[in-house]
Amino acid sequence: MDTVPSREIADMKGAAALPRKNGELVFDEAWQGRIFGMTVAMSHDASFEWREFQAQLIAEIAHAEREGESTSYYERWLNAFEQLLADKGLVDPAALAERTREFETGRRDDVF
Amino acid sequence: MSDTHHDHGHEHGHHHREPESVLSLRVRALESLLVEKKLVASDAVDRIVSAYEEDIGPHNGAKVVARAWLDPAYKQRLLADGTAAIEELGFGGVDLKVVENRSGVHNMVVCTLCSCYPHALIGLPPVWYKSFEYRSRAVREPRVVLREFGLDLPESVEIRIWDSSAELRYLVLPERPAGTEGLSEGELAGLVSRDSMIGVAVARPPAPAAR
Repeated sequence: MDTVPSREIADMKGAAALPRKNGELVFDEAWQGRIFGMTVAMSHDASFEWREFQAQLIAEIAHAEREGESTSYYERWLNAFEQLLADKGLVDPAALAERTREFETGRRDDVF
Repeated sequence: MSDTHHDHGHEHGHHHREPESVLSLRVRALESLLVEKKLVASDAVDRIVSAYEEDIGPHNGAKVVARAWLDPAYKQRLLADGTAAIEELGFGGVDLKVVENRSGVHNMVVCTLCSCYPHALIGLPPVWYKSFEYRSRAVREPRVVLREFGLDLPESVEIRIWDSSAELRYLVLPERPAGTEGLSEGELAGLVSRDSMIGVAVARPPAPAAR
């Protein structure tokens, strides 16, 4: 079952800890939930181990803090996820950039 | 919840609309590619997001329950005086009565008048807890309501309903699941869902094989 929250994910500590409010997970924008869900789904399907993503996320957060970037937690998450997908050879960054342009220009507008 | 909690960024999301929508497009493009490559199924993502949204994480109430499962003396104090017993663990601000599930007795909490709820222990009440439907039907037909939550109790089990008020909140102490001998307090707490402390679910069974 992929619907029982994994404590490894839900209870991440330190800088990687999921943003919560009154104990509940907070997704300020719908895309934050989507990127969270995609990452968790792919770790369940063994595309990568959760600890691999977590390490990437921690590195990304450390990098952003060092550079003084004011990016949000889930923007850093997105950067880390894209980097991991590229490193694993699962998503070609050039193909992703092209697909993103298609969405930005409205040439593509998939509905999920 | 924790002092290590990083909440930077939330404000950004509200103040800068434009960058957020660029990010949204980036995520949609990514999802579109991953779905195309069959690396992700959108309905699986939906299910995961809602499951985690309902999860309230390493909450205080679960720690209280796990402690009571491990320490019989603490459990006695908890059942005798919930308010004092949760203060021992550093939680307070609520007058609390803890009601214990055991063989033949299942407890369920409702607030028929409004939505009184032990926030300090289990976070914000879920939408259904505040609904008129739950508030009215929990008392009238608890067995049916529990079945709708996926909890089918035998007729022989007595169901006790506890009506919260501004003066007194209730917390259900669920039964400790079988096969959890040797688990640590933290591991036990991970089995205690919010719903099990409201009494519309039981504690989760332990994972079949630890990772």
